Amino acid sequence: MQRIGVFVCWCGSNIAGTVDVKAVAEALSHEPGVVFSTDYQYMCSQAGQDMIKASVAEHHLTGIVVCSCSPRMHEATFRKTATAAGLNPYMVEIANIREQCSWVHKDMPIGTEKAIILGKAAVAKVHLNAPLTPGESPVTKRALVIGGGIAGIQTALDIADAGFKVDIVEKKPTIGGKMAQLDKTFPTLDCAACILTPKMVDVAQHENVRIFSYSEVSEVKGFVGNFDVTIKKHARFVKEDLCTGCGACVDKCPMKKVPNEFNLGMDNRPAIYIPFAQAVPKVATIDPAHCNMLKNGKCGLCARVCTAGAIDYTQQDEYVQEKYGAIVVATGFNPISMDKFDEFAYNQSKDVITSLEFERLTNAAGPTAGKLLRPSDGAHPHTLVFVQCVGSRCTACAEKGKEYCSKICCMYTAKHAMLVRDKYPDVDVYVFYIDVRTPGKNFDEFYRRAVEEYGVKYIKGTVGKVVPENGVLKVQASDLLNNKQLHIDADMVVLAAAIEPDRSARPLATMLTASMDTNDFFTEAHPKLRPVESPTAGVFLSGACQGPKDIPETVSQAGAAASKVIGLLAKDKLMGNPCVASSNEAMCNGCSSCANVCPYGAITYEDKEFRMPDRTVALRRVAKVNPAVCQGCGCCTVACPSGAMDLNGFKNDQILAEVDAICK
Amino acid sequence: MQVNGEFKPLIVAFCCNWCSYAGADLAGNNRLNYPAEVKIIRVPCSCRVNPTFILRAFQRGADGVILCGCHPGDCHYTSGNYYTRRRMAMLFSMLDYLGIERERTRVEWVSAAEGAKFAATMNDFVAQVTALGENKRLEDLRCKK
Ligand SMILES: Cc1cc2nc3c(=O)[nH]c(=O)nc-3n(C[C@H](O)[C@H](O)[C@H](O)COP(=O)(O)OP(=O)(O)OC[C@H]3O[C@@H](n4cnc5c(N)ncnc54)[C@H](O)[C@@H]3O)c2cc1C
Ligand code: SF4
Ligand code: SF4
Ligand code: FES
Repeated sequence: MQRIGVFVCWCGSNIAGTVDVKAVAEALSHEPGVVFSTDYQYMCSQAGQDMIKASVAEHHLTGIVVCSCSPRMHEATFRKTATAAGLNPYMVEIANIREQCSWVHKDMPIGTEKAIILGKAAVAKVHLNAPLTPGESPVTKRALVIGGGIAGIQTALDIADAGFKVDIVEKKPTIGGKMAQLDKTFPTLDCAACILTPKMVDVAQHENVRIFSYSEVSEVKGFVGNFDVTIKKHARFVKEDLCTGCGACVDKCPMKKVPNEFNLGMDNRPAIYIPFAQAVPKVATIDPAHCNMLKNGKCGLCARVCTAGAIDYTQQDEYVQEKYGAIVVATGFNPISMDKFDEFAYNQSKDVITSLEFERLTNAAGPTAGKLLRPSDGAHPHTLVFVQCVGSRCTACAEKGKEYCSKICCMYTAKHAMLVRDKYPDVDVYVFYIDVRTPGKNFDEFYRRAVEEYGVKYIKGTVGKVVPENGVLKVQASDLLNNKQLHIDADMVVLAAAIEPDRSARPLATMLTASMDTNDFFTEAHPKLRPVESPTAGVFLSGACQGPKDIPETVSQAGAAASKVIGLLAKDKLMGNPCVASSNEAMCNGCSSCANVCPYGAITYEDKEFRMPDRTVALRRVAKVNPAVCQGCGCCTVACPSGAMDLNGFKNDQILAEVDAICK
Repeated sequence: MQVNGEFKPLIVAFCCNWCSYAGADLAGNNRLNYPAEVKIIRVPCSCRVNPTFILRAFQRGADGVILCGCHPGDCHYTSGNYYTRRRMAMLFSMLDYLGIERERTRVEWVSAAEGAKFAATMNDFVAQVTALGENKRLEDLRCKK
């Protein structure tokens, strides 16, 4: 029989205002097993905790019930108190008589009656509590970063600088992400390549960093501290260790008409290519869909010109297995497809482009060597129209676009408009906007410069239609402030397309059992207090995969994620959650029902010897839960047809005891 | 239960720790009232709720049982609430067959941010069960005081 102590908290007047705490303590003192019952103003205060400790000693308590605020608030506090008093921390139960009683009921007798019932349920439960001890598991001191954009690069660099090993897995042939495609960056207008490429080199040369480029994560098993990851290295048909990146093969390849994805298809590249001059790793890659040798077995020119002997047409995808203690997701974003936005004639006219295409067009290393030329005929444009929020903030058109604000478009559009006016003062620049949102540091000043110093014509209103006609783009728009319809003949229209998470994010989330929101952005463990951790232990978030972000924000989040990873890897052992499932081997019939529903694959089977009534020994298959993998959801306990599976801390009989206590 | 000649139902609410229990806490933080007839039992995930818990509640005199979990796709354990949804669909139709009206049972998704939804759901559910009156069908008479 337990010796239970009941401690009813007033929480000042928060509880005592609607619950007669003395009556609650009195009523609970008559419950079976309760040997001590009292009330106090602030149970969580030092004095309150000291009183609990003293009572445990004085009354030889074996279990504690605290009637107080939500267990989500102070369960951990009172468990520590119990430990300090020499009890097992799991011998504590909380009756939530604040959030779920005194704060939602106004009437004192009603509140008191309910508090007594909640207290009785807690007492009934604690009777059946058993001491629990968390298991320990070792930590593999290596981190995995998925995605090699600025977010992934920064996170990896910070972890590596702290002395831990890091691997980056990047699905493209080079790291760098979107930032590598940008020209100048707001709000300071420094060139993206000048600030990014040194970091790319740093990370590649860091002794603690390995880069798996042109690779993807294909399987994740395990749990915090002990992830087992399979990385699929796509065959690039070039031996990475031999290729010097000289580019001789690229010059000689006869298949020169492959749309160049780095320039968003605005020019062509050969079938063997290096995405851009500062690519890391600077290694050629053969695109098997366009290589004559791989498709038809004819050609082989690149192998002949390669003096390093790096070309290998027989290369196969390779799988690498590695163990990690922590995983950082940094898979970034992409602009949405413009296919559903027919009104802007994106698919009809080459002169209607997205903002990311515009970045390539103004980039000195881009398809026009940085000259602003009209894509359809290479002429110098005279009038440019920028349209903001294309597909963003689409509350009425959610099937086409996104309901959220993409956050970065106001600023990059101001940047584009300003850069055009700076280089080509003869070009008229219009920007159509719903609102201009510039809440970052030095952001509003930046936007005002575009208007006041560079004479960009900002018009609050929407563009209804763009019609290509006789070599010009007829833009029909409304000017909301002047209540006017506008017709502008433009040479080019630039669409600030909404951004969305990378398509690979959802399957990756499933692999990692990390959660995402309805827009497929990864969700954080807490939106304010744990913004760089995913709810899945050991999985961290960095950059635009968590929500739209500009570079300064991405880099700060990347550093924050790194510091969380460092904190984890610095530990030698992790304490587990003892509230895990376990099966009663005598009752289990090895049916697999439990393993089939476990989302974490925590249940395996083993053959156990059982002594039968006739004294023979039989082998029987029984379920075994890996306590380090089990997260304690309890799904298996309900699936088990023989009642063999139970969940520590929330055992069947504990919950039934609560039900009984509540129902009279 | 009759209080001053007025029927007050007994409602057991199972709430998952990560969303709905937090949603109930939020209703408290925002002082959103709902009837005290609702008594909450905390479970790690909605999928921890064994049909026997619900049967037991009805046997012991509960007039309604509501099970709250995270929205589909948001379960802390990724898929728990999908099992809940299927299991409860089965259980509730069986209970209906046994004479426990469907209106006495409910599964509701309440996120940790939906304090208002939690309170509104409870107000609505209590009103619905009150209209039905006492549960007599499954009550184990031996449990009667
Ligand atoms: C037109 C435009 C202009 C911009 N201008 C500015 C500016 O001037 N200033 C500014 O501060 N910000 C600007 N931004 C925003 C900036 O691009 C982002 O803040 C930044 O790129 C976010 O970095 P990231 O690493 O999170 O994502 P990304 O740059 O998208 O990098 C993600 C990386 O992960 C890789 N990846 C994705 N999925 C997987 C997978 N499953 N496995 C392996 N690898 C994967 C991708 O290939 C990519 O390399 C602009 C954005 C756009 C669209
Ligand atoms: S409690 Fe959940 S996580 Fe643990 S073994 Fe059962 S189903 Fe798997
Ligand atoms: S469901 Fe129950 S009986 Fe079946 S294997 Fe799992 S523990 Fe054993
Ligand atoms: S944790 Fe809320 S339903 Fe699973």
